[in-house]
Amino acid sequence: MSRPPQPPVYLERRSYRRRRLIDAIRLLPFLGFILFLLPLLAINGSDATGGSTAWGGLYLFAAWAGLIALSAGLVRWLSHFDDDEPEEGPPQ
Amino acid sequence: MIGFDVLVGVCLGYVAILFAVAFAAEQRAQRAEVNWLRSPLIYTLSLSIYCTAWTFYGAVGYAVRSGLEFVTIYLGPTLVMIGWWWVVRKLVRIGRTQRITSIADLISSRYGKSNLLGVVVTVLAVVGTTPYIALQLQSVTLSFAVLAADEGTTLNPEDLQTTALIVAAGLAFFTILFGTRRLDTNERHPGVVTAIALEAAVKLIALLAVGIFVVWGVASGPADILARTEASRIAAWQPDGARWATLIFLAAAAFLCLPRMFQVMVVENADERHVAVASWAFPGYLFLMSLFVVPIAVVGLQTLPEGNPDLYVLTLPLALGEERLALLAFLGGFSSATSMVIVAAIALSTMVSNHIVMPIWLRAGDPGAVVSGDVRQVVMVSRRVSIGAILALGYLYFLFTGGTGALAAIGLIAFAGLAQVLPAMLGGIFWRGATRVGAAAGLILGFSVWAYTLFLPSFGGTFIMSETFLAQGPFGIAALRPQALLGMEGIDPLVHAVLWSILLNTAAFIVGSLFSFPRPLERLQGAQFVNVFEHSANPRGWSGGAAEAEDLLIMSQRILGSKEAQALFRTAAAVQGKSGDYADITPEFLETLERELASSVGAATAHAMISQIVGGSAVSMEDLLAVADETAQIMEYSLRLQEQSQELERTATQLREANEKLTALSIQKDAFLSQISHELRTPMTSIRAFSEILMAGSTQEAEQSRFSSIIHDEAKRLTRLLDDLLDLSVLENGQVTLNWQDADLHDILERAVAATTSMEGQPRLNVLRDPDAESIAFTTDADRLSQVFINLITNAQKYCTAEAPELRISVTQAGDGGGVHVDFVDNGAGIPRESEAVIFEKFSRLSDKSQAGGAGLGLAICREIMGKLGGSISYQPSEAGTAFRVILPQREAQAAE
Repeated sequence: MSRPPQPPVYLERRSYRRRRLIDAIRLLPFLGFILFLLPLLAINGSDATGGSTAWGGLYLFAAWAGLIALSAGLVRWLSHFDDDEPEEGPPQ
Repeated sequence: MIGFDVLVGVCLGYVAILFAVAFAAEQRAQRAEVNWLRSPLIYTLSLSIYCTAWTFYGAVGYAVRSGLEFVTIYLGPTLVMIGWWWVVRKLVRIGRTQRITSIADLISSRYGKSNLLGVVVTVLAVVGTTPYIALQLQSVTLSFAVLAADEGTTLNPEDLQTTALIVAAGLAFFTILFGTRRLDTNERHPGVVTAIALEAAVKLIALLAVGIFVVWGVASGPADILARTEASRIAAWQPDGARWATLIFLAAAAFLCLPRMFQVMVVENADERHVAVASWAFPGYLFLMSLFVVPIAVVGLQTLPEGNPDLYVLTLPLALGEERLALLAFLGGFSSATSMVIVAAIALSTMVSNHIVMPIWLRAGDPGAVVSGDVRQVVMVSRRVSIGAILALGYLYFLFTGGTGALAAIGLIAFAGLAQVLPAMLGGIFWRGATRVGAAAGLILGFSVWAYTLFLPSFGGTFIMSETFLAQGPFGIAALRPQALLGMEGIDPLVHAVLWSILLNTAAFIVGSLFSFPRPLERLQGAQFVNVFEHSANPRGWSGGAAEAEDLLIMSQRILGSKEAQALFRTAAAVQGKSGDYADITPEFLETLERELASSVGAATAHAMISQIVGGSAVSMEDLLAVADETAQIMEYSLRLQEQSQELERTATQLREANEKLTALSIQKDAFLSQISHELRTPMTSIRAFSEILMAGSTQEAEQSRFSSIIHDEAKRLTRLLDDLLDLSVLENGQVTLNWQDADLHDILERAVAATTSMEGQPRLNVLRDPDAESIAFTTDADRLSQVFINLITNAQKYCTAEAPELRISVTQAGDGGGVHVDFVDNGAGIPRESEAVIFEKFSRLSDKSQAGGAGLGLAICREIMGKLGGSISYQPSEAGTAFRVILPQREAQAAE
């Protein structure tokens, strides 16, 4: 791999990044589904009187906010590819 | 105390603002000033009609009853939007390319424009939405009653009904005004969308205001709220796993299938990129909407333990003396209710009008009357009537059910009913094998199971199903008990119903699709929907063989040329025994056509084009025609290019040749001129020199006579040269007049030999001849011909290098029109091979020997003369010595005989 980087390589790399980015966006709902079902496993597994609404709620809202932030970040990143901006990689 | 009049005034003012906003947005849209109207923000806010009054007020009540479970209603849509790349993006693209007007239209279009499916989905949507509209009316009247009661005005049930009627009528008016303003092919309503975006902002601000007031005004911050929650009735969280997952699924399904959601998400979408922004912004909206639900519930439980938890959002600020906040909360709830009703009414009226009213009208009406203006009018009227009817239906539902209990449960029940569309919808956009039969079977079965297990039992034995029916099943068959099918007891009724209805629905859909065969249009639409991203151009609907033949003809015309294509089709039709221009699309005909096209565009392209038209593969007609046009253009262009380049090449060759000729001519001319001047100067120089000597007068007589003779010789040479030049010029320019006469070859040769050998001062030359062979009579210019012979003999005299020079003149008659050959062969050294090519050129003298003899024009003149006489002269290199052959035309000789 001693070849100097050339425009075609650059473009392929760019479209490769974009595809992986879309993969990530596609996987997000599954991540969300797992995050939203996890407390059930924890609560049913503990076999106690149940979880706490306060802390369970905090967890759910934190996971929810994280998911939204992640989605926003990925969509923003994707828009950089789709806008045909010259720079490669994530925005600073 | 804000007073009842103020309350009514605020309501009317708010409504007036909504009208003004919607009106302004419509005006701007018509002037195409849509910049901010078509922003991702508006799109995201318009999606928030998902949050109706049921969620605005009801979420808190839900939290009081079931703790965190309320959040599932928001988590489902969150997952759908976060996963926008899977479904929403595709739905939006399909909606755009197929000009989908509603969810019923989507299902109907996908399955071959099936009207049956359109009707089924429409009925399902009306059944599922009407109670929901009633719920909104109820929430508005209830909240109004609460505020009025706080002002000291107690409203009796009649007043409540009047309020509901006024609200319903107002909503109908607004919806008709802005929802059916014009018949847009896109079915977009910028006014409505802008108004509901404003309402979305109002309800979010209202709920956030109440929440912030509760957390920082009543409690002392988040930590305090956490502690209060831990101490409250809902501190323990014991989620039912099945119900939790089912609710998330149900909310996600409803988010996609609710007619009003489909309306704002797909139909009103102005730009696909808005979906990407909404994918995180809308979950963010939902997040904010649910963030303060638990705090409000907890504080509400502490403050108003006896109050209706469904109205805590309103009653809590009132109880704590915050009338203005309560008013804002009321406006938030009012916004939630009205925006939902408006969009639902638009979506439903579109469906009812397009799938029920219009088909009936078109079938019943006189087909001749179907002019576009007529249809437009009918569509408008039917939309408006539908909107009125739907709101009337909602109001009636509200009147008859009245009580809170029956309505409160309707939210999830409606969700489950509309979720029945999901298998047909997802199958339709992801599976090309999904068929109309499968979709209809799934929808009808799922809808029936939903009605049987959830909708009818929800009335608690008061409507159609009796309590005994519920408890023991039909005819006492326990396995068929509505809420425990196949003895599945102890399960949450909602989970039970969703499980059975969706499972049976999906199973029927899959089995029906696998074992049925789709019609051509279904296959075409299936490909269009499933592969929407590969072929996003708008398709042209076509059906039936004639249309396909027409399409094929159109395409062929663009490639083959219209006359050729029409002739091809007519011939094929004649072969099939049909009259007319369209042949039946038989395999044989397709093969022929494909071959024809292949000869123009190549086999692969031709095959692809044909199979895509006939095989219903997913490419639109426009695409194909574009390809055909493009190919034809490229072919024409390349053909023209080829012609042009060939012509250019030809011209270039000609130019090159001309240039070469010109160059050669120019060189020749230069050479000729320098030769002439040289030839003229030499004698002139000697003439001048000797005449100067004579003029000096100091010469002796002997010298005088010698000099005079030199001058005379040189002058003669000059004259001869000029004669020759004149002769050549005359010959070359073709101005010579030949004196044609009967002659005898022998005489001419005799004269020539005599002329040359009698000359004084010439070397002796022995001429060998065969007089018998020479006696040939023919027509020629005897003087000219003898000039040629004299020249040849003179040359032999001058240049023959032999000790005893001799010249053999032999005459042969070549057969078959070859003419008469007269050969002049001497016994000299011959002409060097490299000089053979130039001996006939002007001024070509091979050596300086016997320079005085001539200017080197002799052979050039001979060639010109022979050309004029119709014969030729050539050098024969193979002979020993110098050999020239003069060919006389045979025809002339025969003519003379």
